[in-house]
Amino acid sequence: MDAKRELLSLLLSNAREDTADLARQTGLSESEIESQIVALESEGVVRGYQAVVDWNNAADEHVEAKVELNVELDRETGYEQIARRIAKFPEVASLRLVSGNYDFALDVEGESMHDVSNFVAEQIAPIPEVTQTVTHFVMETYKKRGIEFDDRDEDDRLSVSP
Amino acid sequence: MKPADRVERVPPSGIRRFFELAEERDDIISLGVGEPDFSAPWSARTAAIDALERGKTSYTANRGRKDLREAIASHVQRYDLEYDPDGEILVTAGASEAIDLAMRALVNPGDGVAVPQPSYISYVPGVTFAGGEPIPVPTTAADEFVLTREALEKSGAADAEALVLCYPNNPTGATMSRDELAEVAEFVQENDLFVLSDEIYAALTYDSEHTSIATLPGMRERTIVFNGFSKAYAMTGLRLGYALGPEVAINAMNRIHQYSMLSAPVTAQYGALEALRSCEDEVIEMREEYNRRRRFVLSRFDEMGLDCFDANGAFYAFPACDSDDEAFAESLLREQGVAVVPGSAFGEGGEGHLRVSYATGMADLREAMNRIETFVRKR
Repeated sequence: MDAKRELLSLLLSNAREDTADLARQTGLSESEIESQIVALESEGVVRGYQAVVDWNNAADEHVEAKVELNVELDRETGYEQIARRIAKFPEVASLRLVSGNYDFALDVEGESMHDVSNFVAEQIAPIPEVTQTVTHFVMETYKKRGIEFDDRDEDDRLSVSP
Repeated sequence: MKPADRVERVPPSGIRRFFELAEERDDIISLGVGEPDFSAPWSARTAAIDALERGKTSYTANRGRKDLREAIASHVQRYDLEYDPDGEILVTAGASEAIDLAMRALVNPGDGVAVPQPSYISYVPGVTFAGGEPIPVPTTAADEFVLTREALEKSGAADAEALVLCYPNNPTGATMSRDELAEVAEFVQENDLFVLSDEIYAALTYDSEHTSIATLPGMRERTIVFNGFSKAYAMTGLRLGYALGPEVAINAMNRIHQYSMLSAPVTAQYGALEALRSCEDEVIEMREEYNRRRRFVLSRFDEMGLDCFDANGAFYAFPACDSDDEAFAESLLREQGVAVVPGSAFGEGGEGHLRVSYATGMADLREAMNRIETFVRKR
């Protein structure tokens, strides 16, 4: 694995890992790690750092939904234009153009199912190019961004073994 | 009823005492574990499950399933090892059984068996149970725990019938290069020894390629190579290993195996076959993860002033602590809740060192190293 890929893999598993520990694990110097990270950010490879939140444990109301969107394009309006418009909504956590039976896949977040439904009905569905929306509410999250949400499996290995 | 003399001659394991200490509390971070913290690759597990579901619960051929032996023969070619699956490979219940069989099949009562120290805790008792006489051959931190010709000569290994090798090494993490092995091979041939080479950690060699002593000129006919699925494929509990060697030796080992074990567990054999066929990517991923942790641990020991050579294999670091490693490890456990194994549990030459396993997740490893640092700074 080259250094850049290895660093990305480490950042993906824990972006808060300090540069000293990243250096220790990769064998690179701290300054090399820092400059690699700067490069990854400036090249747009690393777009940001966020916490992976288990809202069930946050004692806050939070609802997530996957929204499938079909659109109709015309000469003036392409996917790009529609995407730019939808991406501006703060409720839209992610927006991707996908292959298959529908065009866009959205992750929409809100404080309640009502919030999310309203948002889809009042902000997304009325967009002229949108021909269909299908909303799937997330009932339970087991894994997000590579992190499992169940309580960690007990390590049943012996504490000392040969 | 009284245990047989050969059992009485073997003292309780030093690791056992420390295990009991560690078991007294449930809040420890353990770096005392000699097995992977991963589970076996999923496809190997499903192959084992599938075999059970299909009712594959019988004995197999004593030597192991033919398709598994063929897969092993093909797999070990990566180390330039060529063995005939029909006569030169024996599938066993873990590499440990294979080593025990070799001791019993090839060591006569009174035969000397040179065992480099520190070493995996089963070799010396294995020699004793076989009626042989263990000849400890110290390896030292100064030599990065590599076995040298000088150490062999000094310890009287020239009079031995056999030499045990374990590289990459448990507990030190040391590996041996081809040149270093060539020096040992020369000594072995000059003194007409045979070699029992435990290469269970071969797949966990980091900054170099693993070399088997059996690939050196004149060594194949006098070497038994042991390997298995416990470490590389995280299949410790499935108990599956194998021995590779000249037909006469494998036949002799099989003669005992067919009466004692009959055959290795069939479920595990199906899992192992699948592991060899399809789990290379998982092995590489696990090795990469161990390697990151290895660099981390070695770097942390360096920073806290515990002298540790560049342990290049297995998943152990073997830093120096002070003269009384048992007291050090015991205090570390009591004061900081970190379990490591005192080096003296692994025999002569282990004193003043600690076996630190990095087969544990980064979060625990980071915390454990911080606690060790706190402990060291206070002393």
